[in-house]
Amino acid sequence: MALLEVRNIKKNFGKTEVLKGIDFELEKGEVLAIIGSSGSGKTTLLRCLNFLETADKGSIYVDGETVFDADVEYNDNEIREKRLKFGLVFQSFNLFPQYNVMENLTLAPTLALKKKKLSGVEKKVALESIDQKAVELLERVGLSDKSNAYPCELSGGQQQRVAIARALVMQPEILCFDEPTSALDPELTGEVLRVIKGLKGEDHTMIVVTHEMEFAKNVADKVIFMADGVIEEIGTPDEVFGAPKSEKTKAFLSNSLEKI
Amino acid sequence: MGFWEVTLSLLKGLEQTCLIFALTLVLALPLGLVISFGSMSKFKPLAYITKIFVWIIRGVPLMLQVIIVFYVPGYFLGTPLFSRFGSVIAAFVINYACYFSEIYRGGIESIAKGQYEAGQVLGMTKSQIFFKVVLMQVVKRILAPMSNEVITLVKDTALARVIMIVEIIKAAQEFAAYGLMWPLFYTAVFYLVFVGLLSLLFGFFEKKLNYYKA
Repeated sequence: MALLEVRNIKKNFGKTEVLKGIDFELEKGEVLAIIGSSGSGKTTLLRCLNFLETADKGSIYVDGETVFDADVEYNDNEIREKRLKFGLVFQSFNLFPQYNVMENLTLAPTLALKKKKLSGVEKKVALESIDQKAVELLERVGLSDKSNAYPCELSGGQQQRVAIARALVMQPEILCFDEPTSALDPELTGEVLRVIKGLKGEDHTMIVVTHEMEFAKNVADKVIFMADGVIEEIGTPDEVFGAPKSEKTKAFLSNSLEKI
Repeated sequence: MGFWEVTLSLLKGLEQTCLIFALTLVLALPLGLVISFGSMSKFKPLAYITKIFVWIIRGVPLMLQVIIVFYVPGYFLGTPLFSRFGSVIAAFVINYACYFSEIYRGGIESIAKGQYEAGQVLGMTKSQIFFKVVLMQVVKRILAPMSNEVITLVKDTALARVIMIVEIIKAAQEFAAYGLMWPLFYTAVFYLVFVGLLSLLFGFFEKKLNYYKA
């Protein structure tokens, strides 16, 4: 059974249909790259998965469990619980500027702990394991020496790597990236893409909305090309990049891959 | 009348000035936050009512508001609702809370949506996001306009004399009634010291919050 099943997701903003019925599946450990021109609905799809937008129609299943069904009203608590199946790394990093790197990582899990009723000892153990996890993850993204630095003291690439570690602390089943390198200088995209590629080796299931065609080609197991709110083409990188069936895909790829 | 005698008498007035200042600040700072939530409410009627209220309070001179709070209830109840001092505090707190609310609103609305969304996708509750993520950034941004407002409050306390509260100016005016004018000018020194200390305090806070940029 697929880890993630997305069924017939539709989303309108006013009269504009942004998503016109999106269906796909993703296996555990797979990396899905979503490509397409601006306005094709890629980001909206990601935001629907993360409950930042509420889809008007459709349903989402993770590991066979319904996490979203447009016909059901969810309250804030339910949404908070369900959205933790997903993590999201933003285009603009969105680190918390007043906290240092370590605190950025530990804030959310520490606050989540407060909701649970734990004894003093249990709490101490839990807090220690959060700290340990954060230290490991910082090492994982190559920023152990920056744990006391503030976001404003880091380069864009470093900030994005912290953001990736921060998302991983919550141990999401599926980690989503919304154009993770679009706000970065060209020489900094490599370090972020390498981290994402490295996560693949650790069996993380990921969805990456990206304009980096080489990355999609080389790292993804599955590629979706979106146009005008529908999945125009879906397949392995070889299929989508090597032998695109749709005219729109062909046009998009020839424009994106054009050498100047 | 000697210098020390005058100084002592003005210090007594200053005590009232400080009391009005401190009580207004302590009560108006949180009330302002509540009002700012009202004016940003998604429930439109509440937002409109709050905005009209803020318009009225900011649109009428504070001196007149002090007079209204003290005298008007008396017309209907036959007896004042608040004491003189109570009237001053009530009028000042409501007035300053409205000004603060607009500063808070500006600060809160200036925080990028991404900060809220980052908190949301990490599973934080709305109040955790507000208090742990947003509020500190708001404080940093509104420090300069708030210091302006707080400094204005120091000098607005002089309006309390319209209902016979003997704050520092009123205390000086009592000497003027006997033809002694210099104590009135002398009060400026007290205000300058008061405001000077506040400026230093705000400067200290600003430096404290300078460890990060946002």
